[in-house]
Amino acid sequence: MAKFIALRFLQGLLVLLAIYAITFFLVAATPGSPFSSERAIPPHILAQIEAFYGYDKPVLERFWTSLTNTLSGEFGPSAVYANRSVTDIIAESFPVSLKLGSISLLAALLIGIPTGIVAAVRRNTWLDYVPMSVSMAGICLPTFVMGPLLALVFGLILRLLPVSGWYGPEYIILPAATLSLYYAAYFARLTRGGMLEMLNQDFVRTARAKGVPEWTIVWKHCLKGGLIPAITFLGPALAGIISGSFVVETIFQIPGLGQWFVKAALNRDDFLILGLTVLFAALIVVMNLLADIAHVALNPRLKYE
Amino acid sequence: MALLHVQDLKTYFFMRGGVVRAVDGVSFEVERGQTVGIVGESGSGKSVSCYSILRLIDEPGRIVGGSVMFDGEDLLQATNSRMREIRGGRISMIFQDPMTSLNPFLRISTQMVETLRLHTDLDQRAALHKAIAALEEVGIAEASKRIHSYPHEFSGGMRQRVMIASALLTEPDLLIADEPTTALDVTIQAQVLDLLKQRQERLGTAIILVTHDLGVVAGTCERVNVMYAGRDVESGTADQIFYDPHHAYTQALQKAIPSLQTKGDLLYTVPGMPPDLSKPVQGCAFYPRCPYPKLAPPDGPPPELVVLTEGHCAQDCQYCDRSKPIEDVLTSDVTEAFE
Repeated sequence: MAKFIALRFLQGLLVLLAIYAITFFLVAATPGSPFSSERAIPPHILAQIEAFYGYDKPVLERFWTSLTNTLSGEFGPSAVYANRSVTDIIAESFPVSLKLGSISLLAALLIGIPTGIVAAVRRNTWLDYVPMSVSMAGICLPTFVMGPLLALVFGLILRLLPVSGWYGPEYIILPAATLSLYYAAYFARLTRGGMLEMLNQDFVRTARAKGVPEWTIVWKHCLKGGLIPAITFLGPALAGIISGSFVVETIFQIPGLGQWFVKAALNRDDFLILGLTVLFAALIVVMNLLADIAHVALNPRLKYE
Repeated sequence: MALLHVQDLKTYFFMRGGVVRAVDGVSFEVERGQTVGIVGESGSGKSVSCYSILRLIDEPGRIVGGSVMFDGEDLLQATNSRMREIRGGRISMIFQDPMTSLNPFLRISTQMVETLRLHTDLDQRAALHKAIAALEEVGIAEASKRIHSYPHEFSGGMRQRVMIASALLTEPDLLIADEPTTALDVTIQAQVLDLLKQRQERLGTAIILVTHDLGVVAGTCERVNVMYAGRDVESGTADQIFYDPHHAYTQALQKAIPSLQTKGDLLYTVPGMPPDLSKPVQGCAFYPRCPYPKLAPPDGPPPELVVLTEGHCAQDCQYCDRSKPIEDVLTSDVTEAFE
């Protein structure tokens, strides 16, 4: 297992390096620069600015500097926000998204997985039809509809919860609900599918023929296998949700990471684009590795290769 | 009194396209310690009959009639919790495909101990010891180590041994074996059947052996029921069925067994397919495939079972000309196939 993880870790580093290089050269090849604005800057000042950020050097040299800086944990300065480094921005906003994301995902798992299990066990009854119809709606409704809707009902009409800002725990509820509904719906459907597949296996008949009670069959004989589709989705979902959602953060005015992805691109903030891309890629790589480890733990027929 | 008395069992499947009468009035008895074979083609209702005994029929199937008297108790009237006591406790079952019938996610030990914990007072340790002993008895080497393996770490034959050992753990009165050798190599088949026989002698278990292999039946069963289209067409002792088959289907099945004499000849196969059970049977279900010359179009209810000799009964067919022996009717068929 250690060998498997080490190997996958090295693979992940290579993937990250490739992503870093591709992003860097794509950004560098894009016309314009972070410093080209509508207001004409005198050439000598522009030259000074470019020299400050290292833009006067050849691309390959810039790449090398930037890469070594990144490896030592410093993503470089923000090219747009003076006196703030990319690391500062991430350190400030990532914890917010991490908190919101993990709470949302936890809620999604706690709602989605039991719902999916019950729907599979009681298939073709109202315990299946009702949650599955709701979950279809949950998947179809985009967050930019769900978010304002929740804000309207619970914030403005019922006046139970704050609709924007990021202060106390009550500020988490509405954005987390908006985010988790989609994921809960997705987990419910995946779990239902996985469990149905397990419940139709021959070994379930064997268990019944042994006199095993119905719910023991569900949790002891079927749950491990039935959760595999949900676990596969969990890795990328976790990476996606903790890196923040631009839509939800904008609706609820949350100082999370998601907004920076958009701002960085709009502002041509080269270092920030690079830093965020690498961070997101690293999250995906790590989460997929964790999902693979979970797979092996759940399915004894899989071995580490 | 017989250990198991199945009377006029009917299990229908209520599909969107209509009702499939998978089992439509099956009756048979099993005495203590006896081996009863149920033979027939795929789709003749053998397996569904067996699952119905333990009420293991899933929607859209339903047992719609008859009774299953097991040791004086009608299993079709028993409560669900009473059924769970009987399943795996007094009646065990083994299945056709040992590859899929064991849970690939759980260790063999977990699966065997589970049965014992459900049906006996043994604690975890004692149950594990008993399970190991059971594996040793079915010839699994290093059982105390191998019991902690997962099913995929065993070969097909070994898995079926594990299934047999698990099924007999609780020393049930009746073992239902649903095509236990179909998925195995021929050499392994013989071993598994020997093992079943040997365990049966030790424990005095009665066995219902479902199979479409008449060779298997000949070697192991005392009584045989031949099923066709969800009904019994003939039942009798193994000798009666093999040496004096009465029903045209039994005769045709018997002719389809390859023997040393038929070497080099075309193998006889029963022509056609089993009937569509979603349509009601008119008269004799075997009529369209019957090799005998037809006399009259079949109508009315299916023929009654008549007693031919002591312990031997068969459906009495009136729609075909049975005056010539089967050999004569069949030979012409084979020559036709040649031309």
